[in-house]
Amino acid sequence: MSSTRLRVAGLLIAGALFNVPALTYACQVPKPTPPMARCEHSGEKPCHCVEDLASIRRNHMSLILHKRNLTMRQGIRTSENSLKECIACHADQRPDGSYIPVNDPGQFCQSCHAYVGAQPDCFECHATTPADPPATKH
Amino acid sequence: MKNIVFREMKETGRGYWLVQALLGVMVLVALAAAHYMETEGHWVTGMNNQIVWGLPHVFAVFLIITASGELNLASIASVFGKAPYKPLSRLSALVAIAHLVGGLMILVLDLGRSDRLLVAMTSYNLKSIFTWNILLYNGFIVLAIVYLWTMLERKLNPYTKAAGLGVFIWRTILTTGTGSIFGFLVARDAYNAAIFAPMFIIASFAYGTAIYLMTLETLSYWAARPIGDELMARLKNLLGVFIAASFYFFLAYHLTNLYVVQRQGVEYFLLSGESIYSKVFWIGQIFIGTVLPLLLIYGPLAQKRLVIYLACILVVVGGLSQMYVTIIGGQAYPLTIFPGYEVSSTFFDGQVGNYMPTIYEAMLGIGGFALAALLVIAATRMLPLIPASLKDADLDECLAKKH
Amino acid sequence: MDENQPTNPGRRGFLGAASTAVVGIAAIPGIPLVALARAPDVAADDKSRWGILIDTTKCGTDCTACVSACNHENGLTGHNRPETDAQWLRKVQLREKATGRVLSLPMGCQHCENPPCVDVCPTGASFRRADGIVLVDKHICIGCRYCMMACPYKARSFGHEEKHDQKVYAPRGKGTVEACTLCVHRVDAGKLPACVEACQKEGQQAMLFGDLKDPKSEIAKRIATEPTRQLREALQLNTGVRYQGL
Repeated sequence: MSSTRLRVAGLLIAGALFNVPALTYACQVPKPTPPMARCEHSGEKPCHCVEDLASIRRNHMSLILHKRNLTMRQGIRTSENSLKECIACHADQRPDGSYIPVNDPGQFCQSCHAYVGAQPDCFECHATTPADPPATKH
Repeated sequence: MKNIVFREMKETGRGYWLVQALLGVMVLVALAAAHYMETEGHWVTGMNNQIVWGLPHVFAVFLIITASGELNLASIASVFGKAPYKPLSRLSALVAIAHLVGGLMILVLDLGRSDRLLVAMTSYNLKSIFTWNILLYNGFIVLAIVYLWTMLERKLNPYTKAAGLGVFIWRTILTTGTGSIFGFLVARDAYNAAIFAPMFIIASFAYGTAIYLMTLETLSYWAARPIGDELMARLKNLLGVFIAASFYFFLAYHLTNLYVVQRQGVEYFLLSGESIYSKVFWIGQIFIGTVLPLLLIYGPLAQKRLVIYLACILVVVGGLSQMYVTIIGGQAYPLTIFPGYEVSSTFFDGQVGNYMPTIYEAMLGIGGFALAALLVIAATRMLPLIPASLKDADLDECLAKKH
Repeated sequence: MDENQPTNPGRRGFLGAASTAVVGIAAIPGIPLVALARAPDVAADDKSRWGILIDTTKCGTDCTACVSACNHENGLTGHNRPETDAQWLRKVQLREKATGRVLSLPMGCQHCENPPCVDVCPTGASFRRADGIVLVDKHICIGCRYCMMACPYKARSFGHEEKHDQKVYAPRGKGTVEACTLCVHRVDAGKLPACVEACQKEGQQAMLFGDLKDPKSEIAKRIATEPTRQLREALQLNTGVRYQGL
């Protein structure tokens, strides 16, 4: 009997310990406040988002995924759903004109992804800033 | 076998925990090494753009080949109906699974993008022999577990023969596939030969029998369970035959290459004694791996258990040497893109590739062995895989039914 | 182009002269062939097959313009570790043993029609695009390096360390395999690969790029009339890169 109680107690303690990091650190991830997109890239005023907020938040991964296969395998290089275009608008600029990488802390991609705890794989390979000098929308 | 009593190895006592802890540490060290290689990048290893597969692959391919060969002993019983080998079948299936898992662990952890394992298991290019190997390795584990299950579960015993046949066929295809990883490559003078498939199959018999015998002797000694002399004689003779057969295949491979002018360059590189690979070939693969074990197995001291154990160790050293020569030596020799020309470039064209293994690769490779051993020791403790006694007298019924 | 006598001499004559001029200019190697640019929303197809012809008699032994251009275009930064640093294009120095003749040539991915690297890739990451360019889909590359074992030209490099400051049009990363892309991002825009352009401008005009399937292209005409060869042609991989003077 006592060994069963011991086992149960052990499990409860382990469970509690396991949750300590989640309970303490959960409050420390700031709610994401990504910088606004730069309008001058799109060449139109006022500029608008490519999709509405709710659907782009939910679907951007599958949009990018589908587009990457089209670009990679078939050489389709339209700006629609292009990762390059995302970065071109959403990379923040410093006062001197240089770009801040989009996966830097607090920047566009990183702020939301750190909050939800899903690390995007893209920037192992892809450039994190737009091409220099800034290109106009084509 | 009605009279054979299989029993869990509880006799290993408290020493079991110490051994498992040690092996566990070795596995953890391997995981740490892999993590370091993964985060820093492969520049911290000895592998480079010239030698892309190194020590981890030597260990991994050896373990995979060994796994296939170990199952051979069970197949001799289940498929070929040789009753004396029946008591060995359960352990045979188990060590095969364990060694395959160990080898796969090394391979997967060495990948440049190990985090994409799911991609590797869902996106298949069916023209690639590598893809077929992935499918075959996974299927082998499943089939071997089913096979083991038919042996452990009384009610399923009637299906052991069918399961054994299935596993035997699967294993043959698997080892053919592993040999073909090299055999199918047109690029390199040392590869691109159909003989790689049967060569690897026969080599697997030798390495598998050696490691099986080592495992059996070690566990039996540890648990103080006897092994009969007649059984040992059978197994050591089997090992001897496989060593000789394996030597024959490598002889045929090298002789053919020596005859073909195109291949004489790489043969000189691998056999002349100048390069490190030729030294490993003659000392490791031939002397330590073939000549010495044969002398021990067929010599006057062959009755001594320790001598047989030593022969098995030598075969393992020889097997690792052979893999080293095949995998690394085969890559080190420069590609023949411009026959008749002396070639040089910033990308090491025309130069022998340089490979200096690092501690991380060694730790990863050894970790694969450690994982396999850990699994074997754990499974034999928890499951009735080894007969309580392998004394000849207790096996008389089996031995009497010689086919 | 149509050279018929125009019924409206003024405008048509001008158009005829202008189009002839465009064709004439396009026929000069080195000028970006804007006419060959594919629209961004059009997929590559097998009506074209891109190739390069390298005249080794013109290739300067000490010239590395093509290699430098490739490294610059694709962001290939070295770490002073030549054994693991990526090299997509390299200059190979040759000396014929029987005669002592010396020559050099650039070598990279040969963009075979039957690429062994594509055959052996377990995930299908190594693939050949419809217009003949052999590429690595780094999204599904697991970094097994089997394609590097399989390549008869040792064309591929592995990402041995973390990459930074990649070019926007040339993504590359740690743990995946990479090789010459025939500057696919430039070719799709109707421009020449960086190596060819550099050879035209700074080198010895030894490299010619074009559509092997277009009988009117300069490269197709030269291959049809002059002796050229592929490397390791006995393997019957039918490479897109060809050499002269070898």
